[in-house]
Amino acid sequence: MATRPLTLYEKVWNAHVVERRDDGTCLIYIDRHLVHEVTSPQAFEGLRAAGRKVRRPDLTLAVPDHNLPTTPRVDANGRELPIADPESATQLAALRHNVAEFGVPYIDALAPAQGIVHVVGPEQGFTLPGTTVVCGDSHTSAHGALGALAFGIGTSEVEHVLATQTLLLSQSKTMEVRVDGTLGFGVSPKDVILAIIGRIGAAGGTGYVIEYTGDVIRAMSLEGRLTVANMSIEGGARAGMIAPDDTTFAYLKGRAMAPTGADWDKAVDWWRSLATDAGAVYDKSVVLDASDIAPGLTWGTSPEDVVPITGVVPDPESFADPSKQAAARKSLDYMGLAPGTRMQDVAIQHVFIGSCTNSRIEDLRAAAAVADGRHVANGVRAMVVPGSGLVKQQAEAEGLDRIFTAAGFEWREPGCSMCLAMNPDKVPAGERCASTSNRNFVGRQGPGARTHLVSPAMAAAAAVSGRLTDVRELIG
Amino acid sequence: MEAVTSVSGRAYPWGQKNVDTDVIIPAHWLKTITRAGLGRGAFETVRAVPGNVFDDPAYAGAPILIAGDNFGCGSSREHAAWALGDLGIKAVIAPSFSDIFSGNAFKNGIVTVVLPQEAIDRLLEVAKTDPITVDLEHMTVTTPFQDRFEFSLDPFRRECLMHGLDEIGLTLERDEAITRYEAEIDGARPWVSQRAA
Ligand code: SF4
Repeated sequence: MATRPLTLYEKVWNAHVVERRDDGTCLIYIDRHLVHEVTSPQAFEGLRAAGRKVRRPDLTLAVPDHNLPTTPRVDANGRELPIADPESATQLAALRHNVAEFGVPYIDALAPAQGIVHVVGPEQGFTLPGTTVVCGDSHTSAHGALGALAFGIGTSEVEHVLATQTLLLSQSKTMEVRVDGTLGFGVSPKDVILAIIGRIGAAGGTGYVIEYTGDVIRAMSLEGRLTVANMSIEGGARAGMIAPDDTTFAYLKGRAMAPTGADWDKAVDWWRSLATDAGAVYDKSVVLDASDIAPGLTWGTSPEDVVPITGVVPDPESFADPSKQAAARKSLDYMGLAPGTRMQDVAIQHVFIGSCTNSRIEDLRAAAAVADGRHVANGVRAMVVPGSGLVKQQAEAEGLDRIFTAAGFEWREPGCSMCLAMNPDKVPAGERCASTSNRNFVGRQGPGARTHLVSPAMAAAAAVSGRLTDVRELIG
Repeated sequence: MEAVTSVSGRAYPWGQKNVDTDVIIPAHWLKTITRAGLGRGAFETVRAVPGNVFDDPAYAGAPILIAGDNFGCGSSREHAAWALGDLGIKAVIAPSFSDIFSGNAFKNGIVTVVLPQEAIDRLLEVAKTDPITVDLEHMTVTTPFQDRFEFSLDPFRRECLMHGLDEIGLTLERDEAITRYEAEIDGARPWVSQRAA
């Protein structure tokens, strides 16, 4: 067999082709399917109507996250508290009912392992290198951090995967995003991905699967890699991947659903072989130098609207493209910002530390390091929402919760929370939030809410100073 | 999916350009748990205006919608296709569609017919008084006045629509290949399977 050097993406793709059709599309096998309450009810309804079953419940895992309030879920006697919003309650009840009827493994809202679907998958060892991972949610790209081919799908596709464990797909183009060098003091993985999106643009990755490479990515923890891969979708790419290495294996070993014994050794051998071959060609390559990356944040309503914290709100006229000028004017109007304003002079009223981008233990440690011995500024509401019950437990074991609460932060139950305002956590109209989430779209955190995307440490810095702040002035 | 070989009947002569999925079904309808019933939310903001085409008794229950360029742009919510289907719409005719919307429509048995603007203008005129027919067999749109507009359709999608095959049904026919693949993987990468031993 002729062996042409292959990329990580091509190797994983090839390993999952069930059948290649004449028109070039492939029937691709899906190894891991994550299910949550918002995009699955109609898929289960479809199965029921057609009298179909779930082909591989063992490759499926369901967990509620989007609608769950992040306030305590049981009363003093351990009895489940009702969910106030009737529609949220109905969606959550439907998931419980559907997983029981179809025999799908399920982490209940009250289970300690419950959390945001993209935090839970890797944490449980459900997500593995070299697997195909799908979920009815665009941030499924996060799982690519472990070297999985992971992407979001629509509800009909959710039903298709439940029934057949496959999807009919065409192969994507490949883009290498290489980050060379060593990150400067106070620069986090969130700053890296914001810088990447600022560089390639919100549609720059359309049609591509990104592979992140380079010294900065190799040196990053698995948690940091999850932050980077998570936001691939904000750069327009459906998926982002990072070659599995010792960092990945160390993270996975011993996780609840990870392979064990001889299977583990065999798996690691195969996982090591997935790295992109020397001489393999990407359709496109982008290179960033770590020394150019500072703690960053967004100023507008697209994740590509990125500036360093030391920068100013840009003048819409400074953009070459007239449609970008118009979009920037609209953004600034919505954000209530004037061109030329120093980012560090912008006051905030809310801080959200959480979401599938930044709610893992390292994120909470980074935020706690800034919050420790300080206090949330007057007039600021700051909340910390762990990504899962297990993250919450670990943080509490490390005493992070006490640091946060002593500093005036709210310490809440796991879920999507203020990332998308589908549950009760919302930013009021016209108010401003420093948020560790991934989307600064109009109305994303509530109608009229103004979002600045930042790293956990920068969010904590904003909380204690009441304005957007260069975290490097507070640490070190 | 029900087989569709042709769609005949009255058509909403709307002609609107750049209709995004938020217009087709506003975001607050996304908390539902069924595909059914979304017709109530379809075009909610349009229908809030008295005299709108969707509440005109002349077109009640019309199976065809005639729209302008770039129909179904914006978010990927499949709820948009569900809402149209629930309203009884089986075909949408427009000069162009967003890719995601036409994919979602197809998966729900709704035909998206692309015709040039001149043809759309003529159909908008006819639709005010008379029915229209979309014929998948001959790939034509015809009127009682000898108008005959040809359109093209992806062969795979046409096949699926005409035989009422949904993608799931088709893939289930590949069961043997899938089962063979699973057996291979059980041998080559045994750690992937979580099946109880
Ligand atoms: S945390 Fe936000 S982005 Fe992540 S799955 Fe939940 S809603 Fe989506």
